[in-house]
Amino acid sequence: MATEATGADRGGHSMTRLSRRAVMGAAAAALAPRTGFSEPASVLRVGMTLADIPLTTGQASQGGEGQRFIGLTLYDALINWDLSHADRAAPLQPGLATSWSVDPETKTVWTFHLRSGVKFHDGSSFNAESVIWNLDKLMKKTSPQYDQAQVTQSGPWIGTTASYRALDDMTVQIVTTLPDAVFPYQVVNISMSSPTRWKELGGDWSKVAEHPSGTGPWILEKAVPRDRAELRRNAGYWDPGRVPKSEHMILRCIPDSTTRLSALLSGQVDWIEAPPPDAVSQIRSAGMQVVTNVYPHIWPYQLSFLPESPFRDIRIRKAANLAIDRDGLVKLLGGLALPAKGMVTPGHPWFGKPTFDIKYDPDTAKALLKDAGYSPDKPVKAKFLISTSGSGQMQPLPMNEFIQENLKEVGIEVSFDTMDWEALRARRRGGVEASDNKGADGINNSWSFTDPDIGLIGTAWSKKRPPGGYNWGGFSDAEADDLAARAKVEFDPAKQNELLAQLHARMVDQAMWIWVVHDLNPRALGANVKGYVEAQSWFQDLTPVSVG
Amino acid sequence: MHLYILRRLLYTLPIIVGVTIVCFSFIHLAPGDPISAVLPENASPQVVAEIKAAYGFDKPLPIQYLKWLGHVMEGDFGTSIMTHRSVVSEVVPAVANTALLAVTAILLGFTAGISLGLIAGFSDRRMTDRSVTAFAVAGISIPHYWLGMVMVVVFAVLLRALPANGMGPAGTDIWLFTADDLRHLVLPAATLAMIPAGVLARSVRAMVIETRRQEFVQTLRGKGLGRLRVFLHIVKNAAPPILAIMGLQFAQLLGGSILVETVFAWPGTGFLLNAAIATRDLPLLQGTVIVLATFFVLTNLVVDILQTAIDPRVRRA
Repeated sequence: MATEATGADRGGHSMTRLSRRAVMGAAAAALAPRTGFSEPASVLRVGMTLADIPLTTGQASQGGEGQRFIGLTLYDALINWDLSHADRAAPLQPGLATSWSVDPETKTVWTFHLRSGVKFHDGSSFNAESVIWNLDKLMKKTSPQYDQAQVTQSGPWIGTTASYRALDDMTVQIVTTLPDAVFPYQVVNISMSSPTRWKELGGDWSKVAEHPSGTGPWILEKAVPRDRAELRRNAGYWDPGRVPKSEHMILRCIPDSTTRLSALLSGQVDWIEAPPPDAVSQIRSAGMQVVTNVYPHIWPYQLSFLPESPFRDIRIRKAANLAIDRDGLVKLLGGLALPAKGMVTPGHPWFGKPTFDIKYDPDTAKALLKDAGYSPDKPVKAKFLISTSGSGQMQPLPMNEFIQENLKEVGIEVSFDTMDWEALRARRRGGVEASDNKGADGINNSWSFTDPDIGLIGTAWSKKRPPGGYNWGGFSDAEADDLAARAKVEFDPAKQNELLAQLHARMVDQAMWIWVVHDLNPRALGANVKGYVEAQSWFQDLTPVSVG
Repeated sequence: MHLYILRRLLYTLPIIVGVTIVCFSFIHLAPGDPISAVLPENASPQVVAEIKAAYGFDKPLPIQYLKWLGHVMEGDFGTSIMTHRSVVSEVVPAVANTALLAVTAILLGFTAGISLGLIAGFSDRRMTDRSVTAFAVAGISIPHYWLGMVMVVVFAVLLRALPANGMGPAGTDIWLFTADDLRHLVLPAATLAMIPAGVLARSVRAMVIETRRQEFVQTLRGKGLGRLRVFLHIVKNAAPPILAIMGLQFAQLLGGSILVETVFAWPGTGFLLNAAIATRDLPLLQGTVIVLATFFVLTNLVVDILQTAIDPRVRRA
């Protein structure tokens, strides 16, 4: 069994200043443990932002974080993310299916050829029957394994599935309600849990939660609610290249960023998510590593296009985009952000060639506002909904105050309606027309462009209004609609990327939202942590990571 | 005395029911949707309605409250929306973890506070008195989460002498009285102990000084009683109000400290409440609050009874 050690036992970094040592040496000698902790050779200890262990039965709860630490560690999907490279947007790759194709006639019938020789953690074999059983678990209310808890988590991913069946022992056919070229991005989120384990435990999902069985590279040994999950290497994982380098991985729930930082600096954990931005130099001066990379994240203001909203005027939308000193904001964030040029990052296959260059240009912003009849003396008045914290929200309060000043300087006077994260999500999910959103001209809800639907098609297509889509403010543009509709049914990935790039360029040229910065996904690692590759993704692969 | 205890026990029932009503109302007055944290990103109205119905949130509030209260009377506190575990299975270990921390902090805090208060109260040296008063004011005034962070920086990060956070070494489900477990307890318990230590040091000092000035003390001295006997008389007379303060402090610590438990990643009731609030987990929030409120009320009841046993004047009043 894995045990935890302090940095002293690990031979961690020395104190940063000799004078501190001199002053505190006597106290250290008195308090230091007399015996060291025993510890297996390779344990990776992770400090998560989560306050609790996500649902372990298959469809992980708690959003991207839950999927990152439980969904992708214990389970596989038919299609997996390729998280092995830092220099490109994470693509899809074969998972439990070795290949898939769509019927060229109907464009709705998908055939998945399954990987042979794959075993669940309980030793049972993965096959077409397992896939059907798992889809029944999420879609067939009369099936004994139907599990509302997992259905809730899988909602966005199964919506377009009309039917499914096994063609033979290793081939599965799934039919979608409409032609949908984005379907593979939905399949990547459907985890395959073991029917055998569920049956062994009397069909009780709460028992399965304690002893889950997937096909993933890690096996859950123990989960202590609100404290930690202990995972063991799946030595027989079907992909030899992803057999974990560490024998054990301990995932600890440390939601407070300062507490995570102290756990890292004191050597209690080896790898933490989201260190506080102002601690970066402290971490580096302690000889530890801070790893960053772009990923599909944008910190924007999604805008209202209701008749009373000032942002119906493209001049005001463009002015707002030009009024923000993004470099100054990045400095405020300790360098842990990238100034935005649109929804996606420059260099991304979907960036395209927008003509509107988003930058800090207050003079042009003022000119645009003057043209629209406004000035600092006669400002545009707008109200934004913002949150105090939340997943992907970075440092929302200081960031919003910074931007508020920027906007005021050019003649846009913004007031905030501040609420907690869950309240903000509910306000976003309701769409701008919801009664409790009355008077709101924008919402500061961080966004992902992990897949074409959530990032571009679902936000820009006028028919994709909530709850079916993500077009919160009612943006409506004939050219964007046409591109979104075509991208949705373009099954050639290269051609689809081209359409998405055109769509993105159109969104930027229309200044659909106010795009501010992209988070750089900081992770802090102990000095002796090796092998970590920060993928350009919300998800990360910890199988190549080892300590020592 | 028995009748008094029975009467006080009966008084606690409406207090607890009142707490449940206030708690239930406040939680539902807060903006936002109770199931928002578990809804899929693009949940259709049908899915929202189904999930609301599954948790009973589709009923009018009074009906929701009465149903919840009925289940609570049967010992069923419901199921957590976020984790799908029973609220009891969430709250019981959290209460145990907080109790461990609170009892340790109480032992530390009471011992330090009473000792320092007595020293200051009986000392005729201004320097001693001033020093203890300064400690007491610091203990009460310094935000304990800030103190916790400073202690972590000094003892965990700089000295590497104690663990920064967590309840114990990995690999164990329960807290054991091993050296490793005890080391994890030191910093959070010492942080939490500062408040009761400060409060008690100040209160004991004040009560002792006040009691020493009373005429009966002069009489005892005039009758030729030894210093120890006089000391004991003073302590006994000063004890009832101190006991009440100790009870309140104990109950407050048992309630858990959201900030300290968050700083030390200690999975107690404070940590649980923080998570429940952040995720709008109403069944968990209600279950935790009702258990904590009951603890608070019962602790006060025990203190009242003890006070009555020690000081008959209280009973007569």
